[in-house]
Amino acid sequence: MQAKRFFRTSWNNRYLWLMLLPAAAYVIVFSYLPMSGIVIAFKNFNYVKGIFGSDWVGLSNFRFLFMSNKLWFLTRNTLLYNLAFITVGMFFEVGFAIIINELTSKKFKRLFQSFMFLPFFISWVVVAAIVQAVFSFEYGMLNGIISSLGGERINLYANASPWPYLLVAFRSWKTIGYGSVVYLATITGIDPELHEAAAIDGAGLVQRIRHITLPCLVPTMIIMFLLALGQVFRGDFGLFYQLIGNNALLLPKADILDLFIYRALASTSDLGMASAAGLYQSVLCFITIMTVNAIIKKIQPDYSLF
Amino acid sequence: MVSNNKIIQRDKLVFCAIGYTLVTLYGLLCVLPFVLVFITSFTSEASLMKNGYTFFIKEFSTEAYALAFRNPQRILWAYRNTVGATIIGTALAVLMATMTGYVLQRRDFPQRNGFSLFFFFTTLFNGGLVPTYILCTRYLGFKNNYIALVLPLMFSVWNMIIAKNFIKSVPYEITESAKVDGANDMVIFFRLILPLCKPLLATLGLFSALAYWNDWYNTLLYITREEKMSLQYFLQEMINSVQALKNLVAMGVSVDSVRVSLPQETMKMAMTVITTGPIILLYPFVQRYFVKGLTIGAVKG
Repeated sequence: MQAKRFFRTSWNNRYLWLMLLPAAAYVIVFSYLPMSGIVIAFKNFNYVKGIFGSDWVGLSNFRFLFMSNKLWFLTRNTLLYNLAFITVGMFFEVGFAIIINELTSKKFKRLFQSFMFLPFFISWVVVAAIVQAVFSFEYGMLNGIISSLGGERINLYANASPWPYLLVAFRSWKTIGYGSVVYLATITGIDPELHEAAAIDGAGLVQRIRHITLPCLVPTMIIMFLLALGQVFRGDFGLFYQLIGNNALLLPKADILDLFIYRALASTSDLGMASAAGLYQSVLCFITIMTVNAIIKKIQPDYSLF
Repeated sequence: MVSNNKIIQRDKLVFCAIGYTLVTLYGLLCVLPFVLVFITSFTSEASLMKNGYTFFIKEFSTEAYALAFRNPQRILWAYRNTVGATIIGTALAVLMATMTGYVLQRRDFPQRNGFSLFFFFTTLFNGGLVPTYILCTRYLGFKNNYIALVLPLMFSVWNMIIAKNFIKSVPYEITESAKVDGANDMVIFFRLILPLCKPLLATLGLFSALAYWNDWYNTLLYITREEKMSLQYFLQEMINSVQALKNLVAMGVSVDSVRVSLPQETMKMAMTVITTGPIILLYPFVQRYFVKGLTIGAVKG
């Protein structure tokens, strides 16, 4: 009976099924099939034999990975970089959204907002070109200014210690303008009567921002934070690949899981281990997002992601 | 009361003064690097070698562009590939996101929740780079195939969710009454629903087009033949080969002859202008759609 009803409604919905088909097939091929490919992590992968033909090796890929000592370092870097990106980014996004909202000149606002938006539109390749133009040792603008002031030239590409700050700066530079739009939209949605009433009661601008605007932004901030937190073990490959790449002098301060996995894949020397590292990363991400979501669901169900 | 008002006025004044300053400074920080790239691309190499990168142009020259176009084959290939992938890919990506989003918000489609989870789960867990790479190269024939420039960016669950949430705001009665009139779901979607979703189409189209235009990652993974590379990858390769040449010089290898004959630094900037130009030119016209895009369809599963 039930099967019959299923087929009848499905036949009635045949066009809906047809419209769903491409995306469903896409997701099966590009998301679910690779999931079955995680068996590579437990195999000595041989390209000729293929995924399912290669020999099982149990956990030896993982043993190798965990023994190499690099894993903890990579995981910590990935996590800390992402946390820095999230917090610094959010601070400036919210800050600029609040400031821009209070500015009175419409023309100024529009012009400068579009300036702030610009870096979002370019690829990391172009960012890397710009960074070289500004910071390169021989011809970089910064070094030009320093030496014309009589200072000593800085070779940033050979000195790893400032790069954690630089990477946070570049990443923020690229995303702040765009990210602030979300908060700006939330601010424009705040009931103006709240501000008027507060003003009548004698609240100054700073007080109104603190007691009206900021609290109204909190839900959006939490949602954005959670969305980012779910990806906290997934590094920004483009940023790190284009700006750090294979520069052995910088890698000690700026190596992340994604770079490591890519290098292992590119050298094709040890696909099994690269795959094990990838699985480790995926599982970390999954656990993080499930945990975060479960906690939020308990405390404040409205903010949970799913 | 009067004094209180004065304080409030002063507060506002101070805040605005600080606000305008900060926004001005940051805005300039965002736009000046582009100006620097543009200006230096029109400098002679000799002048750049002497003065370094600077906003103050000393010798105007178009030699970098002349050189870039003296042997334009690779630029043209890269342009062709990226423009092609952007047009085809964007059209398919928008179609897939809206079509799927429409089905998943139909109340009379009993499997909608199951499928929503089916799609959403892929954002929570994935197989990782290596299995995907092996699948695509060994089984799907991505290596040096144009499909590698189109397929990987063709469907995004986030875009689908945006589409689903946006289409939800279109009155359900439209679908209902059309069904009563005997129209099939495909006709309803293309003839009735899509025309009401222009802001959605614009937003998704722009997001996808930007992703395709700026893509170098898939070339990095799958393409080794010069005639099939994307524009951004080509730019990256050029920047890196200039860098590699420099490293050779630093190591003491004599490549002086190459060095003199190639305007490396200005050429790098000229190539950056050539590859990024179209986006920057389109930018003023499309910007507002991006702002809209962020505010339509809250991102929630």
